Amino acid sequence: MQHYTMNLTLKVWKQKNSKTNGAFETYQVKNISSEMSFLEMFDVLNEQLVAEGKEPIAFDHDCREGICGMCSMYINGRAHGPWSQNTTCQLHMREYKDGDTIVVEPWRATSFPVIKDLVVDRSAFDRIIGAGGYISVNTGNAVDANSLPIDKQKADEAFQAATCIGCGACVAACPNTSAMLFVSAKVSHLALLPQGEPERKTRALNMIHQMDTEGFGSCTNIGACEAECPKGISLENIARLNREYLGAMFSGSATGGA
Amino acid sequence: MALNSKIPAGPLDAKWKTYKSTCKLVNPANKRQLEIIVVGTGLAGASAAASLGEMGYKVKAFCFQDSPRRAHSIAAQGGINAAKNYQNDGDSTYRLFYDTIKGGDYRAREGNVHRLAEVSANIIDQCVAQGVPFAREYGGLLSNRSFGGTQVQRTFYAAGQTGQQLLIGAYQGLERQISLGNVEMFSRHEMLEVVKIDGKARGIIARNLVTGELERHFGHAVLLCTGGYGNVFYLSTNAMGSNVTAAWKAHKAGAYFGNPCFTQIHPTCIPVSGDHQSKLTLMSESLRNDGRIWVPKQKGDNRKPTEIKEEERDYYLERRYPAFGNLVPRDVASRAAKERCDAGYGVGSSKMAVYLDFGAAIERYGKIEANKQGKPNLDKASIIALGKDVVKEKYGNLFDMYEKITGENPYEVPMRIYPAVHYTMGGLWVDYELMTTVPNLYALGEANFSDHGANRLGASALMQGLADGYFVIPYTLGNNLADDIRTKAIPTDHPAFVAAEKEVSDRINRMMNIKGKESVESFHKRLGKIMWDKCGMGRNAKGLKEAIEEIRALRKEFWSNVRIPGDIKEYNPELDKAGRVADFIELGELMCIDALDRNESCGGHFREESQTEEGEALRDDENFMYVAAWEFKGESKFELHKEELVYDVVHPSARSYK
Amino acid sequence: MNWKNTFSTSIGKKILVGATGLFLITFLIVHCYVNAMIFWQDGGKRFTEAAAFMGGNVAVRIMEIGLFAALLVHIVQGLTLWSQNNKRRPVKYAVTPGNKTSKWYSRSMGLLGTLILLFLVMHLYHFWAPNRYGQAFDAAWKETDLYDKMAIVFSNPIVVVVYVLGCVSLGWHLMHGFFSAFQTFGLATNKYKGMVKSIGVAFSVLIPLIFALMPIYFYMIGHH
Repeated sequence: MQHYTMNLTLKVWKQKNSKTNGAFETYQVKNISSEMSFLEMFDVLNEQLVAEGKEPIAFDHDCREGICGMCSMYINGRAHGPWSQNTTCQLHMREYKDGDTIVVEPWRATSFPVIKDLVVDRSAFDRIIGAGGYISVNTGNAVDANSLPIDKQKADEAFQAATCIGCGACVAACPNTSAMLFVSAKVSHLALLPQGEPERKTRALNMIHQMDTEGFGSCTNIGACEAECPKGISLENIARLNREYLGAMFSGSATGGA
Repeated sequence: MALNSKIPAGPLDAKWKTYKSTCKLVNPANKRQLEIIVVGTGLAGASAAASLGEMGYKVKAFCFQDSPRRAHSIAAQGGINAAKNYQNDGDSTYRLFYDTIKGGDYRAREGNVHRLAEVSANIIDQCVAQGVPFAREYGGLLSNRSFGGTQVQRTFYAAGQTGQQLLIGAYQGLERQISLGNVEMFSRHEMLEVVKIDGKARGIIARNLVTGELERHFGHAVLLCTGGYGNVFYLSTNAMGSNVTAAWKAHKAGAYFGNPCFTQIHPTCIPVSGDHQSKLTLMSESLRNDGRIWVPKQKGDNRKPTEIKEEERDYYLERRYPAFGNLVPRDVASRAAKERCDAGYGVGSSKMAVYLDFGAAIERYGKIEANKQGKPNLDKASIIALGKDVVKEKYGNLFDMYEKITGENPYEVPMRIYPAVHYTMGGLWVDYELMTTVPNLYALGEANFSDHGANRLGASALMQGLADGYFVIPYTLGNNLADDIRTKAIPTDHPAFVAAEKEVSDRINRMMNIKGKESVESFHKRLGKIMWDKCGMGRNAKGLKEAIEEIRALRKEFWSNVRIPGDIKEYNPELDKAGRVADFIELGELMCIDALDRNESCGGHFREESQTEEGEALRDDENFMYVAAWEFKGESKFELHKEELVYDVVHPSARSYK
Repeated sequence: MNWKNTFSTSIGKKILVGATGLFLITFLIVHCYVNAMIFWQDGGKRFTEAAAFMGGNVAVRIMEIGLFAALLVHIVQGLTLWSQNNKRRPVKYAVTPGNKTSKWYSRSMGLLGTLILLFLVMHLYHFWAPNRYGQAFDAAWKETDLYDKMAIVFSNPIVVVVYVLGCVSLGWHLMHGFFSAFQTFGLATNKYKGMVKSIGVAFSVLIPLIFALMPIYFYMIGHH
């Protein structure tokens, strides 16, 4: 692979906090190596800003290996940038060429208020998990792990759903800011396993209730979430969540879902 | 203060059982009156906070990330060990214990490690009950694979995302307790001081990273589950935010630091590509199950790897260590890679890399698959295609990650790998109950020093983190707090809180007011270079002495020339990082002092002065069979306390993987 | 969960849109089947008989009330979702992905639905209102010959164009709506997804095409 360097123009969203309005600022960066990651390019820019006595750009990031779900940039109209099944931290600069202009925005949704610049508050996701995204098993209550064989295909499907990293790209990409892909991934993960069976109905209803309370938009099956999900979580999960909801809705129980 | 490890008396395999049945308990009504602070929400922290919440304690949990689910445990790839013996290949609690002690090069405590092996099976049960989707066989039962340093298959895994799945399991349990009101969560908070009252840890000072405000939090006990300090090397496989700050504040507040120089350099990471590099990415050790490591036999061979014929390749691990081959422990594999590269056989543009090749595995799996499908006479290209599918199922996410970072397709060309800092076996010294030398201050998981000796075996970190959080602390904490039930919650206007907050505030102000010229990042890079060059894979007295001087000079420079933009009372990541780097600098000095003191080679600590004629590490049990527990005595002053290691059951011998 | 909450959650609302949508789809099939009889080349004989049956049959008239109710729910819920979802992102993105991550018609269901609604008002005014009004309020009412009526209405090229555009809107609306309804009912699983999508595309092309051919057909044969 040929390595090269490039000069770029960056238009980055700057916003002091959730109470003020933001605006774009334009920056120039020079001699960016094609081997850098996108966030390393931001490191270069921030070092440059610190040296110039200016304030660096705030952005969320942590593991930089595509698994923690903390990074969250909307790059040239794409959540996590142009590569499919990818997080911002794994996007590399060989995607760009000399002279390119890159526009970087935060996730935009009322349920994800901006904290500063490109940093948003995604705690709504935690509250949705807290509303039911678990199996109620206290430490020490477990039986032997192999006492319950699980169909490999089901286990694999559950795993696929469980690979969600909770980054919020689905919400950011959705024209409605719906969190259905996130919620459906967790509901699917647990509904597919026999361990999740006892709480299956209340789990789906309670998580949906919390999702609505948090103010996420509603799903209209557009599919942008699936296209932008860094972990390739499938719309199939949303279909399953809908089934779970219908199942819970028409079953005899009148509890759950507050 | 004399170190008391509080190892229960009695035979090794009865210690933990006896402890559990005789330790003091706290009744449910009293638990509701007891407040516990848990700092960090990785495997150890999340599992501890969730378990203690379930038991009825009032828990406050803190993490610096935006959500407890982000902790870096999430990045662990390969798996988690447990002595289940589901494969009927001779595994047992004793064998897991033995492998771990041996893997740690006989620098860990027998009692702790045996307990770890005992509870390992419970961890798998607990996680499966939580819905952790471990890999399974077609019969529906759990699947296992093997890892370095062992000859059995005891590693449970979920593709290459085991840490993620385990952490999400613990996180879900934690969120459940949060929504039930048993745990109060403080995300985007960083602990900056331990508050001690009457000699006991009774709370912390934390900074709200969004507003910049300092907060006082009371707790009857404080649990530090804050992970390792590999980022002292600047480049490591740790997350960007991983830091030593909480542990270091505890150290300065009186907690001894155990074996700080014991660092694990992981053999299979993606090599550094340039000065811009901000972190290194691990390629799971599980890849060594199927990948073969080699370099060209000829020095400075610049041909493409695919053009180098089989007989021109040096599979140096298979050559040097025929019994374990590519599955030797991490420290051995790392040093062997360094040796080849230093000798001029390295590959890639930097020449600081070796190949990890899946060609043979792809062909082997392809043949098996062809037989399974009843097509034994398939042509080679089709066999390779089938084999690629099998490899993809096993390691797909790792291969994708490699391709994203390097732009090369590892199904076609061998991966280039090189060792990188990965894990720190050292950490806060704790006794059998996981308590530090400061009463009521505990350390769990990677933050403590206890179970891995001088080298951690693969798939043991997840095991230890969860063992500490789920199965150890719920007992040992109660044993101590049973005496504390009459202690009422101490109001945070107590002078000790006021003083601690002032100290933190003064330090931040001092740092902000330096208004120097050099960025935090730059200081961190410089520290990392000193550490990697002189306290990295190979260490010697001369280098370490130089490093100590250089680090002291660096600290002076930092405190007179660092530039931190922005304000204190706002979201200011540069300020957060400055505090962490300042602590790393102090820790770096201690690491070098410890490495200098330990004039032997053991595990990940390789003193060049102490090696065999063949270049293998040479341990010195006579003089160094102890835990080095360092007490902070003021700036650049550390006092060594030795905890002698007693081996009642295993007999330390030269570690051989040949 | 009680019934009140069942349809008030975001998924509940969507289920209403999907269920009424599926009902409207079945209506389209019947409507298309009956109307396609105009192509029989018999001067509208078969068609007129069928139309008279539909107009006079009590069961069909009762169904019609259901149809309007469904249509109303579909419109109200659909537009409510559209307007609510629109408010969830007060600061819009400066750069949008265009069609890279989703289909334009999937994002434009509100707009396409509104166009169909406008078309529908005209359509009902042309063909439904006169007969139903007469049926209800005019003692001397006699069923209008819809075949003749079509011939008259579709002699106007502007009307033909508007009708064709209405059918095009319907086609794109269905292109998303057909699959979306099945997805909402959780039926678009991996096994059936492909099938549902293919049938959806075929349906979305075929039905509106047949409808669109009707005004064109009358305009071409030009009886009036």
